[in-house]
Amino acid sequence: MLSTLRIAAISAAVVAVAATSTTAFAQKKYDTGATDTEIKVGNIMPYSGPASAYGVIGKTEEAYFKMINDQGGINGRKINFVSYDDAYSPPKAVEQVRKLVESDEVLFVFNPLGTPSNTAIQKYLNSKKVPQLFVATGATKWNDPKNFPWTMGWQPSYQSEAQIYAKWLLKEKPDAKVAILYQNDDFGKDYLKGTKDGFGAKASSAIIMEESYEVSEPSIDGHIVKIKAANPDVLLIYTTPKFGAQTIKKTAELGWKPLQIITNVSASVGSVMQPAGFDNAQGVLSAAYAKDGADPQWNDDPGMKKWIAFLDKYMPGADKTDGSIVYGYGAAQTLAKVLEMCGDDLTRANVMKQAASLKDFAPDTLLPGVKINTSPTDFAPIAQLQMQRFKGQKWELFGDIISGDVPSQ
Amino acid sequence: MELFANQVLAGIATGAIYACMALAVVMIYQAIDHLNFAQGEMAMFSTFISWQLMQWGVPYWGAFVLTVAFSFAAGIAIERLLFKPLAKAPVLTNVAGFIALYAIINSVAGLIWDFTIKQYPTPFGSSPFLGSQLISTHQAGMIGITLLMLVLLFFFFRFTRVGLAMRAAASLPESARLVGINTSWMIALGWGMAAAIGSIAGMMIAPVVFLEPNMMLGVLIYGFAAAVLGGLSSPFGAVVGGFLVGVFENLVGTYIPGVGNELKLPIALALIVTVLVVKPAGLFGRAIVKRV
Amino acid sequence: MSAAEEVVTEAPAVEAVPKRAMTLGYGTSLVVLAALVIIPLLVKNFIIFQMTMLLIYALAVLALNILTGGSGQFSLGQSAFYAVGAYTSAILMEHAGMNYALTLPIAGIICFGFGFLFGQPALRLSGVYLALATFALATAMPQLLKLGYFEHWTGGVQGLVVTKPDAPFGLPMSQDMWLYYFTLVVSIGIYIASVNLLRSRSGRAFMAIRDNEIAASAMGVDVALYKTLAFGVSAGITGVAGGLGAIAVQFVAPDGYTIQLAISLFLGMVVGGVGWLPGSIVGSAFIIFVPNIAEGISKGLSGAVFGVLLFLVIFLVPHGARQVAIVAQQLIAKLKKN
Repeated sequence: MLSTLRIAAISAAVVAVAATSTTAFAQKKYDTGATDTEIKVGNIMPYSGPASAYGVIGKTEEAYFKMINDQGGINGRKINFVSYDDAYSPPKAVEQVRKLVESDEVLFVFNPLGTPSNTAIQKYLNSKKVPQLFVATGATKWNDPKNFPWTMGWQPSYQSEAQIYAKWLLKEKPDAKVAILYQNDDFGKDYLKGTKDGFGAKASSAIIMEESYEVSEPSIDGHIVKIKAANPDVLLIYTTPKFGAQTIKKTAELGWKPLQIITNVSASVGSVMQPAGFDNAQGVLSAAYAKDGADPQWNDDPGMKKWIAFLDKYMPGADKTDGSIVYGYGAAQTLAKVLEMCGDDLTRANVMKQAASLKDFAPDTLLPGVKINTSPTDFAPIAQLQMQRFKGQKWELFGDIISGDVPSQ
Repeated sequence: MELFANQVLAGIATGAIYACMALAVVMIYQAIDHLNFAQGEMAMFSTFISWQLMQWGVPYWGAFVLTVAFSFAAGIAIERLLFKPLAKAPVLTNVAGFIALYAIINSVAGLIWDFTIKQYPTPFGSSPFLGSQLISTHQAGMIGITLLMLVLLFFFFRFTRVGLAMRAAASLPESARLVGINTSWMIALGWGMAAAIGSIAGMMIAPVVFLEPNMMLGVLIYGFAAAVLGGLSSPFGAVVGGFLVGVFENLVGTYIPGVGNELKLPIALALIVTVLVVKPAGLFGRAIVKRV
Repeated sequence: MSAAEEVVTEAPAVEAVPKRAMTLGYGTSLVVLAALVIIPLLVKNFIIFQMTMLLIYALAVLALNILTGGSGQFSLGQSAFYAVGAYTSAILMEHAGMNYALTLPIAGIICFGFGFLFGQPALRLSGVYLALATFALATAMPQLLKLGYFEHWTGGVQGLVVTKPDAPFGLPMSQDMWLYYFTLVVSIGIYIASVNLLRSRSGRAFMAIRDNEIAASAMGVDVALYKTLAFGVSAGITGVAGGLGAIAVQFVAPDGYTIQLAISLFLGMVVGGVGWLPGSIVGSAFIIFVPNIAEGISKGLSGAVFGVLLFLVIFLVPHGARQVAIVAQQLIAKLKKN
């Protein structure tokens, strides 16, 4: 118990200490999945199938919990991380999550990936009162504590990010003619909606073109040619990394220089900007909440040094340019924090309660100034972003940290 | 009008990708009489090999030649090890084998090289071609290479003994055996050549779509469509089919109001099916007369 | 290994497709049925759910089997029919408030019509060309489902959440168990009907077309009618399976019905044995459980392990479970003789 107090004291947040110390002296209470020696955490990830690129998030989390266990676990308990493959298919997600809850008997499900998969399991987990904690998707609907008190998001929502872009444009380029290129799925449509909401009444006059593409298209050059013909002066790129890189490269090849804003999902230096060509990417804008593993400006950052040390020891050979590793590390660290705050009261209700009382928590991988805050009415842990501009070989942050905590309309 | 011309040009540039892949599809069809679903993945794997060689310092053309040779050998090895034992099994079992091969290659590539996209160099540069920004020198080079492969294939199938033997072995295996052709090795040779052509296609496509384990997923669908449209028995048809599909798709996306953009692939495929209904052997394929 | 060699040497032991609809004997059928009825009483809800999915995919594999094994037409587009069935049930339940059981026949009829119509152009195509046409259908379907014009009903890219039905008449069983037995009854009904169909006049017409289309037409079989009919029946059954799938999973979304699903169903048919209806459940078990096994062996290489396992199966038994059944039958016959 002393060690609990010490760890809690080190973390700066005063409120967190209060929360920990009240629970630390309480009696040991357990739900299914927690014992004196172990906490069983469930997870589903697309290790195979079309979205297998994200599987590395699950692998990072597994490695992170291994590190935690090597350091003695959390409050003396080891994390048993059970992660299954759902192949990005909703029926398979339901099957695997039911297996986690009913057969493996996990305490909760952590960071399941994908909007379709999470929508498929949300009703089930809420009816079973099993936490669906820190889901790995940026849809707005996860911040709905009234109707789904057992579901909580983690990353900033796509819609709030898009609103930030729209509001920035309204302020900086009020007469801009905007074209939007988006992926025709839940992810792209959320950005589209956020942008329109952000422009408000000016949406119909400012947005002159909405062009969608399918993930199955090998190359989206045709779309870019079509957008260019409409002659917009701002291009919003709401794509996954591969198509983001194609867009930046193609606009440069066409000798076309609109102001380009690219979604945070595809802002990775190593896996988007570099393949697209640094020369082509100069001046592109985006917004960020996490540090970039391939960005040299973080070489001396204490948080990222810890991240690199973790990679070297627990994931040797991992691709440091892969944003998913930064993501998985941050999410896993947030969970570790919540479990630490739970103390010896490892009930599902308390896990949700502690997850909903994070105050100014800053994982190693988040931008300086971006902090995680939650409350019983705010289930959107990360709600802050900062605008950034690509210059040379790295992103340069500018402006204030903006809270994207806009209630979705 | 300018938009129309631009879309046609952009369609040709994208069509070159499909044409490249369609050639490999036709090659394997000539050899084994069905389509190989793992073909795209084989090409992807070859492209990764060439990328790895370049990472190790091998110059572009050196890596190119090594990769083509490797792919040829690997194609033969796959046939000998995995598909020769299935020669007597039903066709559908073979198709299941292709799917298994697909899963294996995709997964192994992901494990070795990760899923992040990688830049892939082009020997032709990517400046505007003949002053048109719509077709880059790389895309022009890709079209050139495709046409070169087409000519070589044409001569191979028409005028060389091996080429003729291969066609005979695929279309009438019994008779081919009677005239002394080793049909089993002809099939292996076909696999090798298809893998080699696929590797060239992969290395040409990668600079445009970027290198990653899933890069061929979409390309293969279009490659099949192009090959079937042009006629599976005709390499020339496959290349024309590739360009047609590329242009088709762009025009559908641009000019059909409302649903055109969202449904350009389904509409393009529907058009192809319509063509097939009228000309079941494809635009340039030979119709096969069935007898009892 | 020896079994496979034996079959290879006695080549005629396994025909490419069975000449007539082969089924299980009465004894075996009863054992399988008893297992399907009793097991759910003994296991956890999660396993009951898996068994429900097993039956649902078995129905979809069976439908493909009627088309390919029965009439010799090949389809990579079954996921499209499955999706239409799933969405029909989901939309009727959620928007029209219809009882789940009533939505199934409607899903079946709509899919029958859809399949029958699709069978018309497919008539002119065969082999790889038909494969491409059906493949096109499977690729197009998710894009159609998320089309803006239908968004009001389909929920667009977000999909639709479906309410799971309770057991009726106050029966003391969980939702999962009720749904399982409901699915079991539907499946048995469709299975018996399918076996009878293949043994009927129409079934013989299907098989005549499969074995030799020109000869069949010379003998007075209306080739066009029976080929499209086979497409319709297959699509109809797939649609019912899709509807059941939507109710069991409680969610429909375009991402659930991609070409991946069509490929899985195809693999299920090959593993179960083309043309052998009882094999459908074996094939279904393969596509549900083998990915789980592969993942258990290696997470990073689950795709590769799955591929290797699939290769092993088709090397050992190129004709799928049907081959195992035939070998077993021959062994039993031998034992009886001795």
